[in-house]
Formats: sequence, structure tokens, C-alpha cells
Amino acid sequence: MSQFLEAVINGACVGAAYALLGLGYVIIFKATEVLNFAQGGMLLFGAYMCYNAHNTWGLPWYLSMVIATLAGALFGLILEQVALRFLVGQPVFAQIMVTIGLLFVIQEGVNLVWGGDALNMGDPWGLTTVTVFGAIISWAYIWRLIMAGVALIAFFLFFRYSRFGTAMRATADDHEAAMAQGVNPNRVYVAAWVISGACAALAGISFTTGSAQLQPTVQFVAIAAFPAIILGGLDSPGGAVVGGLTIGILQNLAAAYVPQYLSWLGDGFDKVVPYLVLVAVLLVRPYGLFGTKEVRRV
Amino acid sequence: MARARSLHTAYAQDLTVFRGRSTRVALAALIVLAALMPYWLGSDWLQTFSIAGCFAVGSISLNLLTGYTGQVSLGHAFFLAIGGYTVGHIANDSSAGVIFWLLLVAALGAAVGAALGPFALRLRGSYLAIVTIGLLYVSDYVWNRWTWFTGGGLGEQPNPPLTIGPVNFAKLSGIGLDTREQGVYLLIWLVVVVVAVLSKNLVRGRPGRAMQAVRDRDVAAEAIGVSLVRYKVGAFAVSSAFAAMAGALYFGVVLRTITPELVTGPQGLFLSIQFVAAIIIGGLATIYGSIIGALFIAVIPELTRRFGTHLPFIGDDKLITVNSFNNVLFGALIVLFLVIEPYGLAALWRRIKLYFLTWPFSY
Repeated sequence: MSQFLEAVINGACVGAAYALLGLGYVIIFKATEVLNFAQGGMLLFGAYMCYNAHNTWGLPWYLSMVIATLAGALFGLILEQVALRFLVGQPVFAQIMVTIGLLFVIQEGVNLVWGGDALNMGDPWGLTTVTVFGAIISWAYIWRLIMAGVALIAFFLFFRYSRFGTAMRATADDHEAAMAQGVNPNRVYVAAWVISGACAALAGISFTTGSAQLQPTVQFVAIAAFPAIILGGLDSPGGAVVGGLTIGILQNLAAAYVPQYLSWLGDGFDKVVPYLVLVAVLLVRPYGLFGTKEVRRV
Repeated sequence: MARARSLHTAYAQDLTVFRGRSTRVALAALIVLAALMPYWLGSDWLQTFSIAGCFAVGSISLNLLTGYTGQVSLGHAFFLAIGGYTVGHIANDSSAGVIFWLLLVAALGAAVGAALGPFALRLRGSYLAIVTIGLLYVSDYVWNRWTWFTGGGLGEQPNPPLTIGPVNFAKLSGIGLDTREQGVYLLIWLVVVVVAVLSKNLVRGRPGRAMQAVRDRDVAAEAIGVSLVRYKVGAFAVSSAFAAMAGALYFGVVLRTITPELVTGPQGLFLSIQFVAAIIIGGLATIYGSIIGALFIAVIPELTRRFGTHLPFIGDDKLITVNSFNNVLFGALIVLFLVIEPYGLAALWRRIKLYFLTWPFSY
């Protein structure tokens, strides 16, 4: 029981970070139909900015987090302005490839500024643990879960109730109708990139604190978040959260129980689990659990 | 009076493989020139062009799938890996020649590609792209676990025989080419020519038109009688067959090593993206564009590796290393091409040709 609880809570913590990343993907996809491969680059930038603020400038941890989040948001804005803005109306495939090109450039940029060696973000939340029903949970995990939870709740409140959030949803639904109501779609696209950049920065911080180290290869976590968004549906923010948590928890459960009960499956099976879940779901529901089914006309 | 060659007046003209006598002459000259390269180039440049040849086969295969049928694959390294591992496991030290193992690899690739058909049929656009990336991650587990076939983490060291009938490409002493690199170069570009002609034949007629109809709007294609099952799954099968051949040549003949690390995870993703970049730079839905793009992708990094160190900011102890610079250049090229010339070098070439063909009335 304690092992189960540990796997679920640790999984939820990783899953919450996946959810943040996934939300970043979904927001951009919903606004512009672009699958943003540069998300990994934004994640790197955010994490390194946090490192820079905390370890190089010596700022307090929470202030560093805020700075990194704002820097991530600004970075999203810059990417939109220097590259993606020129591609509105181009084939989606071309836009996806441009984000891949950006990823290569960002990755080498980070390499240039901070170097390729592994850096240590430190243990901002300490190493203490708490015991819940016999399960030993690290406080750092709980804090990471809370951080992601607060960010997600803030986003959904904004998206659901604020004036601009409503404008974003309207644009995603039908951007011509939204324009007729006075919404400026360009501002919505920019906002999508800004939110996505901030989410990626927070996820980056979550993935690189504690025992995990900060190095350029961390960006591939962003690709590991793909199953989460496909599972939830590419254009459903709520789906990204459900998908992220599901994938995180299932992966941790597999890591905990496969060696015990299905040892013939061997090492590394937990890394395959997200994709197996993905395949099973996609064969039944090709647009994910909550994704909008595409209406196809001749 | 000179005839306007860009105007087709008969259906047969649309179907020809090579248009006009001058194209045929130019192509023959190009092939002769390529065949003479081993006499002039050193083995390191031949190696680069051999890699370019493997990339050309891979790019043609991806172009059939993405350029013509509109199905994006970001996991093509998986199909290359099938070719590489099969050659490493089966063709090593066997006496059967190139034709045997290339056909075997192609058959296996086609079977695996067709097995992925249900996904190809049900998923579209970005969903399919992500699932093909998933292939790289699932196959990582498979390659590491099926040690009897793949040699596990250490991988295989393929050493397939390079003979076609009585000709041994590893040592072509009869025509004065003694080194392995020279023979490998000729063998690979021979395969490129064969694959290019096969592909051109596929796309110029009924199947090609059906594939393009599926790409442009699949529901409409179905309504006029194009079988989606046949062409979507078929495109995957043909594409992965050619990709497996490319992998057999690349890992089996040029690199002569294959490990899970090379074909999955970050490196596998990079390899797959290189093919996408090649067809974008070369030109989507053109066969010759795929070859040009592959040459571009393979030769440019080699050029910076050789001559880049003369620039003040490239080098191990300078601002940026050669590898990093290549990555930046690669990313920047993709972005620039898509922003400035979305239809690639092929379109650039077409525009220049049209300008001179219609001179002095080029609008």
C-alpha cells in the first residue's frame, strides 16, 4: 500500500510538470494549430534563467522562480515576434519545421551561454520527507506539485473568467467571428506564446531541482510530454492536465511494479508505458480523450 | 519556330520520365560525371558523398510519404534501423550478394511499414507526427531487449558482402578502383539511381496522382474512387521499404556499426529530422529535389568542418565549436528556407529555368 501511494504521489508530481508542458503545447496548438517543438528550448531557457538568478546572482529562490517564469514568458514573446509571426497562413507543416529549426538554434545558444556541463540547481525545498500512511514522500515533490497546481489553477481561472481568456477561446473557436467582435487575433497568438513560455519555464524548474541535474539534454523531457497531450487531445487544455497526470502516474507505477511482478519485461519498460497507453487510446479515439473531432468536408 | 517546352499538349508528355532530349543529355552527363568521381576524389570526400547517397535514398522514401501522400513522419530513423539491424544480423558473412540482402531488407521494411497501417489510416497531421516520434521511443526498448537480433546496447557490426553477380564492389581492380570507399560510393549511387527511377515511375502515373489526391484532400479523393486504405498504407509500406534500404546502406555499408543509441532517442530524432530538412530544402513532392536536398544536408556540415575553422569565431577554443555551428546552421537553414522559399531548391531551379525558357517575355 505504501509503495502504491508513493508511486502515485511521485507520479502525480512528475505528471503535474508534464501537464504544465502539455498546457504550453495545447495553448499554442489551439490558437495557431502549430505543434511547437521549440517548447523544449523554452523549458531549457527558463530552467537556466532560474539557475542564473538563484546561483549566479544570489537571489532568493522564490524570486528566482518568478524571474525565470517572466523570462520564459518574454522568450515566448520574442520567438513569436522574430519567426512565427511571418508564418501565419503558411502550411502547418512548415510552421512545425520552423519550430524545430528554432529548437536547434536555442539549444546551441544555451550551450554557448551556460556551457554543456551539468549544473546543480540545488535543493531549494530541502531534503526532508514526510510519512503519509507509511509512504515516504519528499517535501520537494509536494512543493513541486503545489507549484504546478497553483500555476494550472491560475491559468484555468484566467482562461475561463477573464475577458482576455474569453477572447482566446473565441478566437480558437472561430477567429473570423472573434475578429468581428473586436478581438485582435494577433494579440491572442502572442498571448498563447507568452503563456506557453511561462508554463515551459515552470516545468523546466520542476524537472531540474533536487537530484536531477541541469544540462541541455533536459529539453528532451518536452518530447516525453507528447503522449500526455495526445492522450488528452491536442486542443484540450483540460485534457493536457488529465493526460499529464495519467502518464506520470502510470509511468511511476510501472517503474515500481514491473521489476517486481513482470520482471521478464526488463529495464526501461516504464519509458515505453506512455506510448503503449497512447497507442491503445488512439486506436479507439483518434483525437484523444477530450480532443475535438475534426469535421471533414469534401 | 521554337516550341514552348513548358506547355504540355498531350497526356503522354505529362507521363514521361525525362522531358525533352536536352534533359536526357544533361542527366546522362551528370551520371557519367558522378561515376568518374572515384578517380578524382580522396576517400574522405567519397565517404561524404556515400553518406549523401544514403540520405538521398532516405529522402526519396520520406518524400513519397510526406511530399506526395501528405503523411508526416518524424520517426524515419526507425525504418532505417530495421534495415541496419537486418543487414547486421542476416547478411553478415553470407555469400548472397547485394541484390539478395537489399531485397530482403526492403521486404521486411515494407512489412513493418504496412503493419503500421492502422495508425496511418486513423491519424492525421500532428497526431501522426507524434506517434511516429513514439516509434523511436518504443523501438529503443525493443532494440535493447531483442539482443539475439540486435546485439543489445553494443549493437551489431555489419559486414555484408558487396557483390552483384561476379562484380565485387569492395575491390573493383578491373577498372582501377582498389579501395573499398571507391566501390562503396559507386554501389550506393547505383542504388540511388535505381530507387529514383522506381520512385519516379511510381509517382508519374496513376498511383502518384492518387497519392497526391490523398494529400490534397483525402475525403475528396475517396469520393472519386481512390482507395484510402490502399494508398495511405501503401505509401507507408513503400516508404519504409526504401528507408530500410537506406538504413542497410548507411549503417551496414558506410558506418558499419549500428547501436540503439544511433537510431533512437535524441540521435534518432536528429537523423529523422535531417530527412525532413532534406526534402524541405530540396523541394517537397519532387524526386530530384530529394537528392539535391540530401546532398545539401550531407555536404554542408563537411564543408564547415573543413573550412569553417578559417572563420574567426569557429573552433574548439573559440566562440562556438564546429558541431554547434553546424547545428545552428542546420536550424537556421530550415527556418530561412521555409520563410523565404517554401518549395525548396527545386522551385528555385524551376523558376530560373522558366525565366530562360520564356525569355524575353518572362513575367
